Amino acid sequence: MTDPTSLTLAEARDALRGKKLSARELTDAHLGAMEAARPLNAYVLETPDQARAMADQADVRLRAGEARALDGIPLGIKDLFCTQDVRATAGSRILENFVPTYESTVTANLWRDGAVMLGKLNNDEFAMGSSNETSYFGSVVSPWRRVGSDTKLVPGGSSGGSAAAVAAHLCLGATATDTGGSIRQPAAFTGTVGVKPTYGRCSRWGVVAFASSLDQAGPIARTVRDSAILLRSMAGHDPKDTTSVDIAVPDYEAAIGKSVKGMKIGIPKEYRVPGMSDEIEKLWEQGKQWLKEAGAELVEVSLPHTKYALPAYYIVAPAEASSNLARYDGVRYGLRVNGRDITEMYEKTRREGFGEEVRRRIMIGTYVLSAGYYDAYYVRAQKVRTLIKQDFETCFANGVHAMLTPATPSAAFGIGEKGGADPVEMYLNDVFTVTVNMAGLPGIAVPGAVDVQGLPLGLQLIGRPFDEESLFSLGQVIEDAAGRFTPTKWW
Amino acid sequence: MSVDDKTVRRIAHLARIAVAEDEVAHLRGELNAMLAFVEQLSEVDVSGVEPMTSVTPMRMKSRDDVITDGEIPDDIVRNAPAREDHFFVVPKVVE
Repeated sequence: MTDPTSLTLAEARDALRGKKLSARELTDAHLGAMEAARPLNAYVLETPDQARAMADQADVRLRAGEARALDGIPLGIKDLFCTQDVRATAGSRILENFVPTYESTVTANLWRDGAVMLGKLNNDEFAMGSSNETSYFGSVVSPWRRVGSDTKLVPGGSSGGSAAAVAAHLCLGATATDTGGSIRQPAAFTGTVGVKPTYGRCSRWGVVAFASSLDQAGPIARTVRDSAILLRSMAGHDPKDTTSVDIAVPDYEAAIGKSVKGMKIGIPKEYRVPGMSDEIEKLWEQGKQWLKEAGAELVEVSLPHTKYALPAYYIVAPAEASSNLARYDGVRYGLRVNGRDITEMYEKTRREGFGEEVRRRIMIGTYVLSAGYYDAYYVRAQKVRTLIKQDFETCFANGVHAMLTPATPSAAFGIGEKGGADPVEMYLNDVFTVTVNMAGLPGIAVPGAVDVQGLPLGLQLIGRPFDEESLFSLGQVIEDAAGRFTPTKWW
Repeated sequence: MSVDDKTVRRIAHLARIAVAEDEVAHLRGELNAMLAFVEQLSEVDVSGVEPMTSVTPMRMKSRDDVITDGEIPDDIVRNAPAREDHFFVVPKVVE
């Protein structure tokens, strides 16, 4: 029979239920693929014993005809999610030996539905990065290469391990998190589908916090349908997270294949940024064409505060991070480096435990929250954020159902190529995705093309609050037209 | 606005991050690059605009004031770098 790792999540689900394949076989095939793909450094921890035990339990239910929504489906978990009795590092030295005594709500929901955990996936340290180069456990290498070149490319970030593992068929889907683009940008770089749900759709409980008003968990998968299946299990109200919203989770899979005829799609003119490559421009035009052919109506819209989203983000996110990361003090958990007194112990612990990017962001956050600067920076940024959100609300009030934009300003770049001299160069990766977090909206990145170098490029759809269903319907139209993109195996 | 070496040392201390003397100049450059980037926000007219406090309209939930969790001291101290019984051990803080 065909290699089980070549199946989509939906195909594997059907094969399991049709008893053409056992959960154990499916899991073993993935564990084998993971072992062979260690040069990609996608997993920071493989959990084969746990995976096999979970698969065997799923097989019992499958044999009894009592299959749950995700029974026997092997997944990778971003190492930002706390997993009970399984190390969770957030990609940081400060949590190198942290073993949670509790399970995050999102992963608990996946296990409730019968999914199998293959291991923990690499990410930028505390999800701060756009290339997975800030992880204490080393860069993730993208399974994609430029045509005729063996230059190692980044998979994007911060969910770079998740995107690389999904693209390289090292799991059927993965959990990820998105604070400024950390699901959608790596999905675009690896030819996978990434969904950042509406703020409040998924519980943040047990997810290592970066910037609490922006963080949101979501899936990365190989097809739009697979991402819809995963989100349905991940989402839902959780009393342990006061920002989690108490509204019913729809059957997202039912939105796949639904007609988009008559839907009004906004094309924000401010997303045509200076220096945007012809190929991104071409892809955007192509995307518009596909949606139009499917019966959607295109309208040009204006989001006048778009250019201020990224600078406002680089005040709000570091400010929240500096507050959230104050908990790493070498006392209750994590690394401790001793000093002459308690203050020196704190300072040395945080110097040694955090990497360069994390220290830089904590310091910026500390500065913008400090006495005398709070109003000039933080309050002003939060006002700008209100304006960014109003831009979207105005468009939606005028009947726009969703917006179409490019997902990233470029294709993937080489490891070590960006951000060396100026951190802002790296931040510009998120120029198209960050507005969505600032406004709390749902967004999906769907692969649309490969460029002349043979690298995938993605389109982004932005939806109304809690209308992920329209994004799945529209995303499927793009997938049907563009096809799917798989890297050629070299590892 | 930009920061000088003295401010870099002050921020580092506020953030409880040790900074070696030879790192200060480099850090100052990076922090100033970020501050220069966010400077463009000053051109936005924000008069009469409320700062965002909640990205989705929601009311803070309340629940009955009862204990719902606890009796797990072993779990609480399990990851502590230094502990004695159910206590965290820290360097002496009171002379």
